[in-house]
Amino acid sequence: MPLNIGCTARPGKGRDNKTGSWRVFYPIFEKEKCTGCGICTLICPEGCIEEKGEKDYVPDLEYCKGCGLCAEECPGEAITMEKEEK
Amino acid sequence: MKEILEGSHAVAEATRLCRPEVIAAYPITPQTHIVEALAQMVADCRLQSEYICVESEFSALSACLGASAAGSRTYSATTSQGLALMFEVCFNAAGMRLPIVMTIANRALSAPLSIWNDQQDSIALRDSGWIQFYAEDNQEALDLHILAYRVCEDHDILLPAFVCFDGFILTHTYEPVDIPSEEEVDAYLPAFKPYQRLDAEDPISFGMYATPDYYLEFRYENQRAMLRAKEAIRKYGTLFGEQFGRDYSGLIEGYKMDDAEVAIIAMGSICGTVKDAIDEMRADGKKVGLLKIRCYRPFPDDEIAAALSHIRIVAVLDKNVSLGSKGAVALEVKDALYGSSIDVYGYILGLGGRDIRKKDIKAIVDLAEKGSGDMFYGLREELL
Repeated sequence: MPLNIGCTARPGKGRDNKTGSWRVFYPIFEKEKCTGCGICTLICPEGCIEEKGEKDYVPDLEYCKGCGLCAEECPGEAITMEKEEK
Repeated sequence: MKEILEGSHAVAEATRLCRPEVIAAYPITPQTHIVEALAQMVADCRLQSEYICVESEFSALSACLGASAAGSRTYSATTSQGLALMFEVCFNAAGMRLPIVMTIANRALSAPLSIWNDQQDSIALRDSGWIQFYAEDNQEALDLHILAYRVCEDHDILLPAFVCFDGFILTHTYEPVDIPSEEEVDAYLPAFKPYQRLDAEDPISFGMYATPDYYLEFRYENQRAMLRAKEAIRKYGTLFGEQFGRDYSGLIEGYKMDDAEVAIIAMGSICGTVKDAIDEMRADGKKVGLLKIRCYRPFPDDEIAAALSHIRIVAVLDKNVSLGSKGAVALEVKDALYGSSIDVYGYILGLGGRDIRKKDIKAIVDLAEKGSGDMFYGLREELL
């Protein structure tokens, strides 16, 4: 989609702006270690981790900035941060 | 109609003829007479315009930015410290693609404090995304305002423009100027049709943030618009000539260049002095010509290279200095001529109002012929 001249924008929601490209690290969730506590969904500043099913948490990488708070707080150490590009 | 007018008043008349709907300006020497005259015109109902008295230059250009985004043709004028205070808004206006036209009554920058002329102020904003015109005399200053609105408001361009003319040397000098009629200017310059505008019924925001995924492309689009402006200036400059009899189709203009061996490159009022010096040098058998740069942004690099193809030596006169490097015009002329065998020498002169006389121009040509350049010219050695 071509750019709007003058970088104009219509009123919209914050989620219209994808912030995932800022990321340096991305989270990897290991289902086997997950206790299902849901702390990751609460701690995520972007609110972009969704509980898809039992012990199945999925980050939305269009918004995840890679801050690593989920990995830091996960009691089961089920989340690890990997560098985007190797 | 020809009248003898002070340069500032010629520019005020040009502005009146362009019918800006909003004027916001803060008085500063040597620009003051322009905005005084415009305020008087508004008070006398000679100009139907909203004249906003602001408390600073930052506010002046901010008001113009908002008014332009709301769909009005807008005008401001400033110089030196005032332009420095507008720095942030200048980049915003260009990025938001708002076709504001602003007169710069060129003046030196502090410190030390100087109210006198050089071109450091507008040159310091060379990277801001504003088109930059430089006028040689009051007639050209008047004409370039009308041309500037025509170019800037083209929906393929949508960029703001400075019309620069030398403080005191032109602003406070009386010269005969041909003032076009309102009908003639209306025929040349249609009413402003904004490409998009602020509208409470259909709201948009200007200059929203761009993540690293988009910013590079926005800057590229700004650059492309600036490069397209070259063709727009040629087109509307030609139209100007057809309408008013004074041709501005070139971003550069040659004087006695056809058989010249040495070329002087300059911008602004100094070109008049250079032309007189060239006439005298030619009477003595020296084949010297002038290449005047009327439009510094976009920079006419290809045009300059083509105009100088037969030239042996080039002397570039800069009323500015990019401290730690060279004069801003010399730098870009050297870039335009990269790979050619033409010798290019830069001379920084006339800063802070130091007079430039015909004998100085002749002395510079002598220096260039001896291969001596890239220097400050006219230093008082006893002070150093």
